[in-house]
Formats: sequence, structure tokens, C-alpha cells
Amino acid sequence: MRAIRVMCSGRVDPQFVLKALKEGADGVLIAGCHPGECHYVEGNIKALRRFILLKRMLAQLGVEEERVQLVWASASEGKILAEAVDKMTEQVRALGPLRWQETVLSGNGQWVEATPVLEEV
Amino acid sequence: MPVEINPNTLIVGGGIAGISAALELANAGNHVYLVEREPSIGGHMAQLDKTFPTLDCSACILTPKMVEVGQHPNITLLTYSEVEKVDGYLGNFVVNVRKKARYVDEEHCTGCGICIEKCPFKVVDDVFEAGLGKRKVIYRPFPQAVPKYPVIDTENCVYFLRGKCKACQIFCPTEPNSIDFEQEDELLQLEVGNIVVATGYDLFDVGKIPQYGYGRLANVFTSLEFERMVNASGPTDGKVVLRDMETAPESVAIIHCVGSRDENYNEYCSKVCCMYSLKFAHLIHERLPDTEVYNCYIDMRTPGKGYEEFYRRLLNEGTHFIRGKVADVTDVARIPQEEGKIVVQVEDTLIGKQRRIPVDMVILSPAMEARHDSREITQLFKMGCDFDGFFVERHPKLDPVATMTEGVFIAGACQGPKDVPDTVSQGAAAAARVAGLISLGTVMVEPVRASINKEACSGCRICNNLCPYNAIIFHEDLEVSEVITALCQGCGTCVAACPSAAINGAHFTNDQVFSQIEGLLWDVRATNGQERKPEIVAA
Repeated sequence: MRAIRVMCSGRVDPQFVLKALKEGADGVLIAGCHPGECHYVEGNIKALRRFILLKRMLAQLGVEEERVQLVWASASEGKILAEAVDKMTEQVRALGPLRWQETVLSGNGQWVEATPVLEEV
Repeated sequence: MPVEINPNTLIVGGGIAGISAALELANAGNHVYLVEREPSIGGHMAQLDKTFPTLDCSACILTPKMVEVGQHPNITLLTYSEVEKVDGYLGNFVVNVRKKARYVDEEHCTGCGICIEKCPFKVVDDVFEAGLGKRKVIYRPFPQAVPKYPVIDTENCVYFLRGKCKACQIFCPTEPNSIDFEQEDELLQLEVGNIVVATGYDLFDVGKIPQYGYGRLANVFTSLEFERMVNASGPTDGKVVLRDMETAPESVAIIHCVGSRDENYNEYCSKVCCMYSLKFAHLIHERLPDTEVYNCYIDMRTPGKGYEEFYRRLLNEGTHFIRGKVADVTDVARIPQEEGKIVVQVEDTLIGKQRRIPVDMVILSPAMEARHDSREITQLFKMGCDFDGFFVERHPKLDPVATMTEGVFIAGACQGPKDVPDTVSQGAAAAARVAGLISLGTVMVEPVRASINKEACSGCRICNNLCPYNAIIFHEDLEVSEVITALCQGCGTCVAACPSAAINGAHFTNDQVFSQIEGLLWDVRATNGQERKPEIVAA
């Protein structure tokens, strides 16, 4: 597990997730505070909204659902986060490595930046 | 980034938290506006009889402070008023307050109380006397109210309902007459630098637990009703009596944790109920030495200075302590001894037996809950609140009185269930935080802010509505958006949403996060597409 810190789950740009998958991550877990408990009023609700759109897009690209997950775990809930990471690791391990090049990029070996796809979202 | 601080402060809520914050600030030479929804300051503490564990008379320690607030040259007291709108940011808030019409002219009224005496109509006082006593239609919540001016309850006043009576106006001895039936709500605009929110709590509605019989069985009381009853200036002059207002009970059961530590209602421990239930037991022993008192508790929670000692004292006073959650309160008798009594069905977990205790009176100790309108209050001041409705502090341990909105502080039971000493400390703590900002005059605010590149902004306005702090404004003429830096808290929601990537979130820019991702995945990146151990990135 490798962590990227942001101010709020509302700061998680779907580009970050795509970038991580492209760079070789086999799964991305977005962790935010519980809805209604956001320090920034409602950032997590916005994260949830983006996450739903992102999931739809990833499905179209052929990326399995389990590879990108959202979990509500606040700062004092280390256990919940650890459990979510464990569970996700199991799921992703069962799926095996994400072959971005073959799965997402139609197999022609050409890297395509994920950004233009995202802008339509 | 420097921001100037207006030295005036707004305190919302005139309970003991608001009073202690107001006095600390005012005594330090700062001007304070204290806004209170009810006609008098004092809050819940003014209703209490004694305070645990020292058994000080609550009114005796509170009312001098209330008077001090009322007379302080640095405090503008706005009772019977509500905050309607809050604009601005740390150091420069503009607050709209509605001062409801009292129909009594505060400039000329001397507070003599003749109007109250002469008013021919009485109604049940649901607020201050908890439904146990009555008050006049033109009233002062209690004799020591601050300010002393009465208020007319227009919902029950015969003049407002039928256009006749005017007894209060006829008998008012002041010149000119202080009763003004034409008075209208006043709208005030205050400019303040900081805000302390101390809106307090509501008591759990015990009617939600039907098996405890409140409302169905006459002699089941709530804690607040008992508090008023046992108060020497209350509706029974301090006598502990049943609902018929004359018979003294021979046995009393006090039920702890009503609506708290219960998954069906509130999961949290309400913190003060054990202590005030013990206090009730003591007061009953004091007034009615022959009465048996049963305290049915789940766990006895008495952390605090002198609290455990108070519990030990009660153990020696002969209170019956029964460890078990009460299942049922009923008037259905099974044996002759239960006839005409209220039966409390409880499992005594220490002896492992079901017990049926026949008593004359039951007192329910309900949980402290967040104000019913706490969510609207959070919207008003742009704070966060948790699932239970209590306001969220900036840090649960290290920053308990600040909120995520700079310049807005919280104190007292609006942050979580709290007893009087904790509430007073929080009020003073919030005042200290405000005084610190005032004495600096200009403060530097955290640099984690968003900014918009005007060249790249397409003026789509997506970010405008996303911002939880309304910190992004739109320039119609230039067709670009701009972040008001002082309002921005740096959450980054707008940065992630901008389709033109025109918003830059300082210290968390897209480039910075991308580089972090690359750096974290440098080793797996090299082997992309080949068999290897799966990697997960968590954001």
C-alpha cells in the first residue's frame, strides 16, 4: 500500500486515479471521512459524485470494478481503513496485475494520455 | 497572507458557555455582542436547582454572572433575537440579527413587574418550568431574568387574539408608557471579527420510549421537571410531590441512560446523567428522609473532580443501586403490593435476577442531544456537524474550541454533552482564542489556498457552486471566477473539478500530486505489464 495525502477526499481528481493506474498501480483506494462528518462541510459528497462517474468510465475501459474503491474511514478509524486495505488487496490479488497496456489501450502498444478522456466527464 | 481583525465579537447563545466567553472577552476590554433566542440569558443552568458535586445553588452562582453581563459596558445584550445571516470571513464578518418584538419599550421600562401582576391570563410554562408551572401571558421567564424587561407572548395574549384587554398598558406606571403593541421586529447588522457559537443542547424526548410510560403514567417525570420541582423557587416551592402536587412519594426510582447508550436512540454516553441522577437521589434523601430511592443504572460513570466521592457519599446515604437497564415501567400489578404503584421491571445484573420494584414516582434521566435545528446553524456559520448533530471541532484533542472555519469558535454542549465546569472552561477557552486574534490585530492565515489563473478560466462557473465556503465569486464583466483568499479553506474541491485546470491548489497542485504518484510507483512502473505482486495506491 502506498499513500498519497490530499487535503480532503474532495480534492481527489479522477485524473489522479487514472494516472496511478497508468503508472502501474493495480488498484486505487480513495479514503474519506464519513458523509456528514466532513471537515470541509461536504467534500466527501463531491468525492462520491466523482467516484460514481469514474467507475462508469472505468467499466467502459474494461477495468474491473474492484480495482478502484471508495471507503469512508475517518482519521481515528485506522482499523476500518486497515480492514478495507486488506480486503481490497485480497480482491486485487485474485484479479492479478492490471495490464493497462492490453486492457485499456486496445493493444496497439501506443500510450495515450488519459486526460482528454477525462475532460468529457 | 495578512488579514485584519475587527475587535468586536459575536457570541451566539446566552447560556453559561456564552456568558463565560462574553465576560472573559469583555473584561479584557473587547466589545461583545451576545445574542440569545429566549427573552432572558441563563440557558439551561438557570433552570437547575443544585449543581453537582458541591450542591451549590445553581441560581446563586449563575445570576451574579448574568447581572454582570447585563451591566457590563463592553457587552451589548441582544435577547429575544436570532442570527439570520452571516457573511464575510475571519476578522470581517457581517451578521444580520433579528431582534424580535417584545412589545415592551426597553428604554422606558423600569422592570417593576406591575404589568405581569395585573395581566389576567395564565398559561402553562413549557419552557422554563418544563410544563410543571404556569406563567402570565406578559412574562419574565424567572424573577432574576436578565434583562429585566418582560415580553408579551402574542400567541396567547388576548389583545393580540381578540383586540381587547390592554391591562398591562393601563397599569404601566412609566411615563411614557412602556407597553407598545405596535412594536415591530428590528433588523440589526453587526460587524464583528470573530464568532463564538454556544447554542447548547436539547433534552432527549422521553416520549420516544413508550415502555417508560412518560405521558401515559402521571407520576413518571423527566429530569427537568424534577429539577424545577425540587427548586425552592419552582412551582412546588421545592417540595417533592407526585403529579397531584401534594402527596409526597414513599419510594422513587431514577432511571439512568434514557435515550443514551442505546443503539435505538443515541449511541453516545451523555456524560452528565449519572451525576445528576445521583444528585436527585441525594436531594430526595435530604427532603424526604424516609423515602426509598432506587437508581437503575447501566454503568456508574462518575469521572471528574469530586464526582466519585459524591457517588461514595450516596452509597453511604442508603440509596439502592441496581445495575441493569430498565425494561418496562407499568401500572399493571401482579401482586397485591403492586396495586396503585408504578412497577419498574429491571434485571439486576449483579445478582442475576429479574426484579419488579413498586414505586410511587419514576424520574427519567434523558440524554443531552444536539439542538433540533443544529444542522441549520451549521449552514449559517459554515461549520461541520457529526451524525448526532453536535458541531465538529477542528481537532478532537488539540483544538477543541475552533472549527474548520477560521474565526468561528464553539463552546459548551453544542460540541458534545458536557457538565457545567467543562462548559465554563470551553467558554473561557474560546474567549482566549478570540482575544489572541484581537490582540494581534492582523493575522497571517494558512497558505493552503486555491487560486484561479484568469487566463485559463473559461468562466464556466462549475466551481462557483461547488465551494462549501462560497469563497468563489464570478466577475460578470471579465467572465472569469476568482477565489476570495480569506474565505478559502484550501479543501481543493474546486481544483479537482475545474475542467480547464485553471485552479491551482497551493501545496497540492496537480503537478505535485502527479509527481508523487510517479515517485511512489517508480519501481512497478518499470515492470508494467509483466507478472508481479499487485500494488494498491490509496488516496
